[in-house]
Amino acid sequence: MSVQASETSLTARQTPPAVLERRFGALRRLVRDPLGALGLVLVTLILVMALGADILAPYGPNATSVKERLQGPSELHWLGTDQLGRDIFSRVLVGSRIALWVAAVTSFFSLIGGLTLGLIAGYGPKWLDSLLILLCDSIRAFPTVLFALAVVTLIGPSLGTIILIITIFNVPVYARIVRTQTLSLRNTEFILAERSLGAGPARVLLRHVLPNVIGPLLILISMDVPVVITIEAGLSFLGLGVRPPTASWGSILNDGYAFIRNTPWMVISGGVPLILATLGFTFLGEALRDAFDPRLRKDV
Amino acid sequence: MSEQSSNILQIHNLSVAYATPRGAVRALAHVDLTVPRGEIVGIVGESGCGKTTLISSVLRLLPANGAVVDGNILFNGRDVLAMSDGEMRRLRGGGIAMVFQDPMTALNPVLSVGRQMVDVQFREQRSAGEKRAAAVAKLRRVGITDAESRLDDYPHQFSGGMRQRIAIAMALLTNPSLLIADEPTTALDVTMEAQIIHLLRELKREFAGSILFISHNLGLIAELCDRVFVMYAGEVVESGPVRALFHSPGHPYTQALLRCDPARVVQRTAELPTIPGEVPNLLAPPIGCVFSDRCPAVIERCRVTVPMPVPLGPGHQARCIRIDDAAAA
Repeated sequence: MSVQASETSLTARQTPPAVLERRFGALRRLVRDPLGALGLVLVTLILVMALGADILAPYGPNATSVKERLQGPSELHWLGTDQLGRDIFSRVLVGSRIALWVAAVTSFFSLIGGLTLGLIAGYGPKWLDSLLILLCDSIRAFPTVLFALAVVTLIGPSLGTIILIITIFNVPVYARIVRTQTLSLRNTEFILAERSLGAGPARVLLRHVLPNVIGPLLILISMDVPVVITIEAGLSFLGLGVRPPTASWGSILNDGYAFIRNTPWMVISGGVPLILATLGFTFLGEALRDAFDPRLRKDV
Repeated sequence: MSEQSSNILQIHNLSVAYATPRGAVRALAHVDLTVPRGEIVGIVGESGCGKTTLISSVLRLLPANGAVVDGNILFNGRDVLAMSDGEMRRLRGGGIAMVFQDPMTALNPVLSVGRQMVDVQFREQRSAGEKRAAAVAKLRRVGITDAESRLDDYPHQFSGGMRQRIAIAMALLTNPSLLIADEPTTALDVTMEAQIIHLLRELKREFAGSILFISHNLGLIAELCDRVFVMYAGEVVESGPVRALFHSPGHPYTQALLRCDPARVVQRTAELPTIPGEVPNLLAPPIGCVFSDRCPAVIERCRVTVPMPVPLGPGHQARCIRIDDAAAA
């Protein structure tokens, strides 16, 4: 703790909402990291694509034009067309929605599920802990793809199925991390101090343990976003994901795969955004971790 | 007034044991301790003598493998050990508050000091603004300068001594009638220590409660406390008013302890005096007096007879059969 720390505490004393200053400090560190800035740009780009797909897309994602099928990039079709003459650029734009939607929804449910189970396992009675850990390990013991195949066979391929599968696979990972953190926190002096001042289990968990575990967990989840996006694309590529006419990066890859020798455009158009999104979220996640974790700060 | 209401805390014949893979460890045996209203009571003893176990049992915060085997604890005349979990929670931070040893770890690192201090007032029916104002007032009271603007700072932005002040302020926000301080100055340097002791004494006068002060520093105890309980191997070997106990210690252990206090060593010696031998193994405690293995005045009978408390003066007693012998002779 040197100049930086005393600087922030000085400015904090002048401006009452010191918290704001601290947040901006983290943001500044994030942007100053070149990879972090690149990640931020890429993620913003994908967000703009997803949110503005309706306005930006020159054609309807499912509008076919058989006469123009399997074309290369042109003025009319920036990324060419697929085997049904659909505009790939429009499909890529609309497909980013699926990717982000799956990422957002699974992250949300995994976060809630992981936190709940992890906190209960870490702070609750030992038998409950053992039971939950057994459950988590059992789920993790299944091979992902086989489990996905089984679930898809049972309830049919859909976006909801994908979200369910990924959530089921992510919850145990986060639960384990939260549990470990909770276990190490429950015997710390400040938790004991809170308990000695009358805090019950709910207060201890929500007010004191939660803020200690949520930061690392959020960063972990943000770093898992690319994994989630690739799983969605992978399942859709295998035909286990979104139903056919729906545009998703995975289904674009699946469509293009058959024509890769003659028209590689489809595979490239579906693959490049996937790669960029993955890189973007990874860079951003790592930069976030560096920016918010005081131990990893390079400027201190 | 009955004895119950003149004492805020009354511990009678308390025995606590820990279950370990190697067998039951007898952590406390037949501990009697009273904290009169408005007094500062000190507990002194070396590491592992059961000081922390004692206060953990008062707050019923013993580790999962610890259990009260025998005895009772009365707080304000009410049996703590018989309370429901809900009553117990109301008591913690309601009647009893605690300050811990290490100020570096006793505050939540990710919450601002202000939030923690507002949060600890969760029982009060007050607006957030009033709670904040109360927090500021208490911080000012314990000597945090610029309290208003430092309320949103995080624990790591304060020094060790300041953090201990904050911890004390937090404990006092709950208006306890008993403040338990578990070696609150051990992790601090000497000047800080003196300031904290000074603060505690001032505060005691103001909040009109009692303080149970745990330390292994005899000097601090002498400085701060009205009464002292000397603990050894899970037993209270001697207790009495500070003056009497320091001037005429009855138990050989207290005498040895006083001889070993570096502050009281008058003559310059090559080596500081120590008590020869080791603390007895509490998996298999001695049958007779717990101090018999290290006692310079030990006789054969010490090893077989459990010593009973022998009165030495008003409120002053020690567990040693040799005192009886001396009186009889």
